[in-house]
Amino acid sequence: MVFNSLLVCEECDMLLREKPLDPGSMVICPRCGHVLHRYQPEGLQRSLVFSLTAAVLFVISNAFPIVGLTSQGLESSTSLLGMVDSLFHDDMPLVAILVFATTFLMPALVIGALIYMLLPLRLGFLAPNVAAIFRIMHLSKPWAMIEVFMLGLIITISKLNALATVLPEIALWSFVCLMFALTAAAANFDPRTFWDQVEKLQ
Amino acid sequence: MTDHVLTGTAAHVVGCDGCGLAHHALSDQHDMCCLRCGLPLHFRKPDSLNRTWALLIASYVLIIPANLLPVMKSSTLAGTEDDTIMGGVIYLWESGSEVLGAILFIASIVIPLSKLFALTYLLISVRRRSTWQPKTRTQIYRVLEAVGRWSMIDVYVASMLTALVQFGNLMSINVGAGAIAFGAVVVLTMIAAECFDPRLIWDAANQTQATTDSPKENHAV
Ligand SMILES: [Zn+2]
Ligand SMILES: [Zn+2]
Repeated sequence: MVFNSLLVCEECDMLLREKPLDPGSMVICPRCGHVLHRYQPEGLQRSLVFSLTAAVLFVISNAFPIVGLTSQGLESSTSLLGMVDSLFHDDMPLVAILVFATTFLMPALVIGALIYMLLPLRLGFLAPNVAAIFRIMHLSKPWAMIEVFMLGLIITISKLNALATVLPEIALWSFVCLMFALTAAAANFDPRTFWDQVEKLQ
Repeated sequence: MTDHVLTGTAAHVVGCDGCGLAHHALSDQHDMCCLRCGLPLHFRKPDSLNRTWALLIASYVLIIPANLLPVMKSSTLAGTEDDTIMGGVIYLWESGSEVLGAILFIASIVIPLSKLFALTYLLISVRRRSTWQPKTRTQIYRVLEAVGRWSMIDVYVASMLTALVQFGNLMSINVGAGAIAFGAVVVLTMIAAECFDPRLIWDAANQTQATTDSPKENHAV
């Protein structure tokens, strides 16, 4: 048995009755302050636009090198996957897997899952296995760390500046944009609004 | 907090952590799944305190090699040099990037340590059925859950430098064993925070409220 008019706070277990909301408002748990629900009718649409942007930027970010280095005639540059590859060659498979998962695999899963869920919904039909894809997104989201990677890049560049000339390449700029697009896509996706829409279609 | 609060547990209602749908259920059963999105349902996260303790203790052990072993090894014609996490922070600070040095210090030293201590405190406070400021403790939990990921910075820096600086004998940088331990600490503490159930903080407060309320009711009768 399910109750469509009840909300249970995930952080303090308080039981709340769902009230009709004005667009843009949110349900905050009166007991612990947890934000349970953000009602944004346009949120899913915005999330889709940002996810599609993120998908394009993700491809660009991984097709090109991120930074190049020149020093006394020596040159080198690396892409994200090149970095994972050199970690494998350096006998650091655990670090390679960690870097690959948090900067490539998990972000890709989040972007892919958001598009898979939202694009058909926008076109008025329901993709098969939407629940499984929702679970994948729910579980991979905490492990996508593009924004942390960006800060790491800034520190890397400033460290290298002392040794050599650092040349920012295309993927660096597209990574910066990817970071914003992915954050916006995830922030605009409200699970409760999404499932309300899905149930309307069923 | 003297008002009576009806909890999901008391009303036999359990909400899905993923999609929020409220279900009727009598007690925690192992095979309950959300009817809408299929994620497992539970009133309280399974075996929360034991799992969190186990992961936390493993993190306490690993944080020692994470700080003592080099995260990075640089070799030049002049010789080789090992860099621990703190060494990297000092290097940035001394080379004039105070802001970045401070960011790295907060991300790699302050955040992991305060996360370990804060989780330990929360676990002990739940075990001792503390009723002190449940809202504040929930906020502590929220913060430690949100900031943990930023500790990964140093792993990325070492990886990036390894990929870029490979000039044979002239100069090369490689990831050190400390990076494995450090990455493991970040991952384990993130899972530990995920295993901890903030609702346990409120359970103790609820029970004490119930026992202090009942004598008053007797007087009224
Ligand atoms: Zn709450
Ligand atoms: Zn669900």
